[in-house]
Amino acid sequence: MGRGRVRAEPLELILYQSDAGTARGQASVVCFPESIDDLSFAIRAANRHCVSFVARGSGTGLAGGATPVANSLVIVMTRMNRILEVDPVGRVAWVEPGVLNLDLTRSVRHLGLHYAPDPSSQQACTIGGNVGTNAGGPHCLSAGVTSAHVLAADVVLGNGDIVRLGGLEPDAIGYDLRGCFVGSEGTMGIAGSIAVRLTPDPPETRTLLADFTSVDAAAETVSGIIAEGIVPAALEMMDAPITRLVEEFVGAGYPLDAEAVLLIEVTGLIGGVDAEVDAIRRVALERGARQVKVAITEQDRMLLWKGRKSAFGAIAKVAPDYYLHDIVVPRTRLVEVLKRVYEIADEQNLLVMNVFHAGDGNLHPLFVFDGSEPGIWERVYAAGDGIIQACLDAGGVLSGEHGIGLEKRDYMSLAYSAEDLDAQARLRDAFDPDGFANPEKILPTGSRCGEMKRAPEGTWV
Amino acid sequence: MTAFAELAEQIGNATAVEIMGAGTQRGIGGAVDASKPIVEVRAPTGIVSLDPADMTVRVLAGTPVGVLSAALAEVGQECPLDPENSAATVGGVLACGCSGIRRIRYGPIRDRVLEVRFITGGGRLVRGGGPTVKNVSGYDFPRLMVGSHGTLGMLVEVVLKTQPIANKSSWYTSELAPDLLRTSIYRPACIAWNGKMTYVLLEGHEIDVLSQASELSLEPAQPPPHPIGEHRGRISIDPTRIGSLAKSLGDIKVPWLAEIGVGTMHVATNNAAELHDARLVAHGEGGWLLREAGAPLLDPFGAVPSNREVMGRIRDAFDPLGKLNPGRLPFARFTP
Ligand SMILES: Cc1cc2nc3c(=O)[nH]c(=O)nc-3n(C[C@H](O)[C@H](O)[C@H](O)COP(=O)(O)OP(=O)(O)OC[C@H]3O[C@@H](n4cnc5c(N)ncnc54)[C@H](O)[C@@H]3O)c2cc1C
Ligand SMILES: Cc1cc2nc3c(=O)[nH]c(=O)nc-3n(C[C@H](O)[C@H](O)[C@H](O)COP(=O)(O)OP(=O)(O)OC[C@H]3O[C@@H](n4cnc5c(N)ncnc54)[C@H](O)[C@@H]3O)c2cc1C
Repeated sequence: MGRGRVRAEPLELILYQSDAGTARGQASVVCFPESIDDLSFAIRAANRHCVSFVARGSGTGLAGGATPVANSLVIVMTRMNRILEVDPVGRVAWVEPGVLNLDLTRSVRHLGLHYAPDPSSQQACTIGGNVGTNAGGPHCLSAGVTSAHVLAADVVLGNGDIVRLGGLEPDAIGYDLRGCFVGSEGTMGIAGSIAVRLTPDPPETRTLLADFTSVDAAAETVSGIIAEGIVPAALEMMDAPITRLVEEFVGAGYPLDAEAVLLIEVTGLIGGVDAEVDAIRRVALERGARQVKVAITEQDRMLLWKGRKSAFGAIAKVAPDYYLHDIVVPRTRLVEVLKRVYEIADEQNLLVMNVFHAGDGNLHPLFVFDGSEPGIWERVYAAGDGIIQACLDAGGVLSGEHGIGLEKRDYMSLAYSAEDLDAQARLRDAFDPDGFANPEKILPTGSRCGEMKRAPEGTWV
Repeated sequence: MTAFAELAEQIGNATAVEIMGAGTQRGIGGAVDASKPIVEVRAPTGIVSLDPADMTVRVLAGTPVGVLSAALAEVGQECPLDPENSAATVGGVLACGCSGIRRIRYGPIRDRVLEVRFITGGGRLVRGGGPTVKNVSGYDFPRLMVGSHGTLGMLVEVVLKTQPIANKSSWYTSELAPDLLRTSIYRPACIAWNGKMTYVLLEGHEIDVLSQASELSLEPAQPPPHPIGEHRGRISIDPTRIGSLAKSLGDIKVPWLAEIGVGTMHVATNNAAELHDARLVAHGEGGWLLREAGAPLLDPFGAVPSNREVMGRIRDAFDPLGKLNPGRLPFARFTP
């Protein structure tokens, strides 16, 4: 692979020792393939030297998926960033995995189309990384997460072989390998090109801002809207600390004295949109909303969204450190779990902010702190344990969109039985029998029946 | 012992099992190999919990779709599995993986399944996925099981995502070309075309359904008739190639009904050889034909996927002794 495309200088390797999460690893070599053949070549070379490998998109992942363990070769996909083909009639685009999520949407905007999954990190994250984590976003509530938008992928397996998973036809012959691959965090191979579905822009869009004097009332409104039989295009919640922070940062027009706000979007044809706006307004007012603002023009709507989308940027500006969690609970349990999140933060004497995909029951408790304070990390981790337990107690799941990676690997046995995990390990091994692709992620060691317990080398989480 | 544990023991002790749903789709995926002593097993039936405020339902896999639909309708909801025959079981529909006619609006059935519990060939009860509408924790067993034809495990329980029943749902016909209709209508529930007539299903708010119908001069109509014949198949093809496939099928005079924008084409004939010809035509256009019924001498899939090695290893991993529906999905056997 030419000189510039393989690096091993110690200083440079440090850049690749982790993603945006807290787990640190150790890279042995970094390479930058420019084609699927390069990618296959790099993987075969790693095979020959008996070195494992890990795919890296933009490294915005939060679960340690792209963090190299066991001295893995880091394969950075960002130079494979061409949009290969756009078919406006079939509404399909073939892209290389390094294309940035927002760049894809921008490049098809003039066709009246967009790529529906819109993670808050969409300016920075890659489509390949999104496939790796099965990424979600505010508008995945009605549109579905990444898996519903990936039709096919050409994947390089752990042994360097290139296989096509899925296809442009509605059903591929045999097992849904495409479905297995999406969300597998690079442990089943690396996608070298991806066919995604493009979605037509809706004819009408309304963005609503409802503000509340209590978090409970806002959370009850979320459950109330779903119970009413309405699935909005997006249904996001922000609590008081984050609302104030964001308002100071961008001036989106959010009320500074609210305890919580809901940002709700409905899309479609005018009859349905009007009816849903009315119903949502009623549900919100019945549950104690002070005000429900409806933005119709593109400009007003964008301003409301700007606040939501700047939330993480605003936090990064004020807090030396933050820890962002990702759990999902049944939507009917939102009120009680959110209450528990605040209690846990109190118990650990931590500042928590909540800005999340409420409509899916996908919470993102965010602890904001100064990591240099003695003993603080222990409290942050203890709070994380508490949140995960509260989530599982309420019938929830470990992650809605960030994935398991290293971060939550050792919680997997709280969520699944030994037999469940053994079956997962078997599926992984069927894709990658030699275990070269992103080892030691997702499944706790010991998942395979009869496997020895061992600590991953060179990691701390 | 619980029903699941009893089934697990039964499967664990058997030499071979055929997993039975309601039984009409037994031709799909290939005949079960009769050379071994076969035990027939059936998933339990019943709705475990229906949570309308969460829009999810937990159901035992042997439950007929009609029973599930009736229970959901009582709370104004539905789950668009849409089998042609509502006696089909939830497990059977998912195992066959065939999506219903409203796929263009509501997505394939694989996107409906949130959690699965199944019994592997080794007699182990495994759970994958989770009950929430969003989940990335571990590998996607729900999607793996959909379309696996009972060769990886017997589904015993699933959690499905439901949706409100649209306040208006009407079929129409139109003289307009199907592609034009597709670009003129926002989120139709189905556009079906048989070469003579285009059928459109509109669902949503009454005002929107009626105004789209009048703007495009659609005529109220009955749903499209499916092609009739003893030998039936389902072609899966890149939807942009439906037009040329239609032309080629016309040349061999096999009747068809196409789902525009999806790429599913239903064909039927009373002459088994013609189903074979339809398959060759589908291959010529880059698609493939699933034998749904009849034509017992025709291969169930007619093609071997290029990634069959991975599939074979998966099957081996879940059913190492080849007990589950032996003979079905014949290409997915591991040959190292
Ligand atoms: C501020 C902030 C906000 C965020 N908001 C959201 C959000 O709203 N929704 C959401 O879902 N996530 C969110 N994330 C998390 C993150 O952006 C997503 O997980 C994203 O999908 C990661 O993309 P990436 O390109 O950075 O991938 P990376 O972090 O580099 O990799 C992610 C995983 O995918 C694998 N991978 C990378 N490329 C490939 C490939 N070509 N083939 C196979 N596997 C591959 C990696 O091995 C790794 O396991 C947020 C993160 C931050 C920092
Ligand atoms: C009372 C009754 C009335 C009927 N009336 C009619 C009628 O009027 N007209 C008509 O055409 N048909 C009729 N049928 C047949 C029935 O409609 C069909 O059998 C049905 O459409 C398909 O059955 P099925 O989908 O449950 O799966 P099956 O056809 O039983 O099986 C399909 C595939 O799925 C697999 N499978 C099934 N269940 C599972 C599971 N739990 N886990 C894993 N794999 C599984 C099977 O092994 C097989 O590979 C009737 C059936 C009954 C019981």
